[in-house]
Amino acid sequence: MNLYHYIVRLADNSHILGHRLAEWCGHGPFLEQDMAMTNIALDLIGQARSLYNLAAEVQNEGKTEDDIAFLRYEYEYQNFLLVEQPNGDFANTIVRQYFFSAYQLPYYKTLYENLQNKNDHHLTELRGILEKAIKEINYHLRWSGEWMIRLGNGTEESHQRMVNAVQNLYKYTGELFIADETDDTSLQSGFGVLLPEVKKDFDKSLFYIMERSGLTIPENETMQTGGKQGVHSEYLGYILAEMQYMQRAYPNSKW
Amino acid sequence: MEKEMPLWEVFIRSRQGLDHKHVGSLHATDAQMAIENARDVYTRRQEGVSIWVVESKYITASDPADSDQLFEPAKDKAYRHPTFYHLPEGIKHI
Amino acid sequence: MDIMNLEKVFQSKIDDEIKIEPKDWMPDTYRKTLIRQISQHAHSEIVGMLPEGNWITRAPSLRRKVALLAKIQDEAGHGLYLYSAAETLGISREQLLEELHTGKAKYSSIFNYPALSWADMGSVGWLVDGAAIMNQVMLCRTSYGPYSRAMVRICKEESFHHRQGFEILLTLSQGTEAQKKMAQESINRWWKPALMMFGPPDDQSSNTEMSMKWKIKRETNDELRQRFVDVAVEQVKFLNMTLPDIHWNEERGHYDFGKLDWDHFWQVVKGNGPCNKQRLDARKKAHEDGAWVREAAMAYAEKEKLSLENQSKSA
Repeated sequence: MNLYHYIVRLADNSHILGHRLAEWCGHGPFLEQDMAMTNIALDLIGQARSLYNLAAEVQNEGKTEDDIAFLRYEYEYQNFLLVEQPNGDFANTIVRQYFFSAYQLPYYKTLYENLQNKNDHHLTELRGILEKAIKEINYHLRWSGEWMIRLGNGTEESHQRMVNAVQNLYKYTGELFIADETDDTSLQSGFGVLLPEVKKDFDKSLFYIMERSGLTIPENETMQTGGKQGVHSEYLGYILAEMQYMQRAYPNSKW
Repeated sequence: MEKEMPLWEVFIRSRQGLDHKHVGSLHATDAQMAIENARDVYTRRQEGVSIWVVESKYITASDPADSDQLFEPAKDKAYRHPTFYHLPEGIKHI
Repeated sequence: MDIMNLEKVFQSKIDDEIKIEPKDWMPDTYRKTLIRQISQHAHSEIVGMLPEGNWITRAPSLRRKVALLAKIQDEAGHGLYLYSAAETLGISREQLLEELHTGKAKYSSIFNYPALSWADMGSVGWLVDGAAIMNQVMLCRTSYGPYSRAMVRICKEESFHHRQGFEILLTLSQGTEAQKKMAQESINRWWKPALMMFGPPDDQSSNTEMSMKWKIKRETNDELRQRFVDVAVEQVKFLNMTLPDIHWNEERGHYDFGKLDWDHFWQVVKGNGPCNKQRLDARKKAHEDGAWVREAAMAYAEKEKLSLENQSKSA
């Protein structure tokens, strides 16, 4: 079972979304929300750090969290296309966050349940990381959900921006629920998450919030996929160019 | 100039058993957002276990010009304090 | 009470170290001076997020990235506390921002210098925050209550900023040759601008005298600057690096720090520094891009209020 790949994928999603949210720091729509977004970025990067550390432990090749976080090639990152999409306007950022949190929460909760009574110490450690993360994600979902409602119902302009954001991003939600080899082997190992079940919860949250926001879920959308297999959008290259710059320019240095 | 978001006063209970204490203010459009903003602004270092918010305009404050009549009269009433009463030394539980 | 008496009562409170609170009578110039100083301070925090913010996505490790993010977020918080303190003097945040965006209000000139290398995150933390802390510690005792309380909160949070900056440089100083070079170059570049953060020499500072009398400021620019120099000279030894143009002066019992280029300083203050336009443009853009968000949130809150009122009427 490739537990390393399984954990790194969880980490990559949190890492890349955290990276995107951190780009807002200093540029938010007002100070209070500038701080709110940074808090979420810190939660996500915190999750990524714990997970990369665990992945390094599982891999057992003497690597650090930073080796895994920074020093892989683009095709080795397994995050969803959704989380690497640019911030766009605030509406876009909110919708991206809601989509991701509405997936991440049921996924983490189910995984947390499935890891109960596993005797493997890596899996126990993973469960501990999830326990902490679930509390954070609850808040992310609440925060982004409230903003969905506010902006969906606020003014004509905000409504239109939300419609556009949903239009932009919904097509990236498909791959969140398509199982691949890593998903399958985790199921065979007895702790994996059934993605159709997560999809049910996701749809339920989405249906509820979209209705309250006066928005509609696009129909017959052609879904974009590839992130999970390391085939990304053009955006990831630029993210990595910045993120990896120091590590690549000054190899083998301590920071 | 755009219409400004209301100002809110924030009160935090730092741990169970203590009073809520005024810590500052912030802007928010509604009470829910004010609570969440207070969480992000004033409890980043575990400063609190409970938050109160109230829109600043609903606070009525005493007028400093009235201080003489409001607070001075309490000054000469030392008999309200335990140290006003003289008791023999060594007496216990009183 | 007539004005003369009010002023007397006011000054005697100041002299007795009794804080002035928002609803207390205060001379108009005291109010104006405070608004100017507090808002300038708030603007500095907010604009100060930008040079460091430009390194968040390039931070060399995840540990450094979260520390930097948390630090910059604190600066947003500090700006917020200070805007709130200014608002107790009867000016709105919107007005304060308007003054920043139109260039009417100033902010610390130090943030008009560019952050060019990762080592600058260290220098900004160690030197810029270090210089700011000297001022801020003094301001915890400032005579205006809300300002003083905001500063107490800020100082508590600020100490980690200073330490994380020094730690960044310390790590570089123990690293590769390229890292050491990066650190020394950065220190050289930030040192004198940091010294000018304390403001012009006392004999050229127009605001010092009145601010001292009213205990808004409690130490002069030159006193604070010298203390900062003496402390930094000792600290730089731990880095095995040097500060430019430093000489021990036996007679004064202090370190001399050479000539500071005040003409250049005033050029930067007037808007001709390397990044003035860039910084202000970034702030304006964030505010303008956020206008529809603030407007929508307000509109939604009002709709909700209205529907709640209608519900209670029909009930």
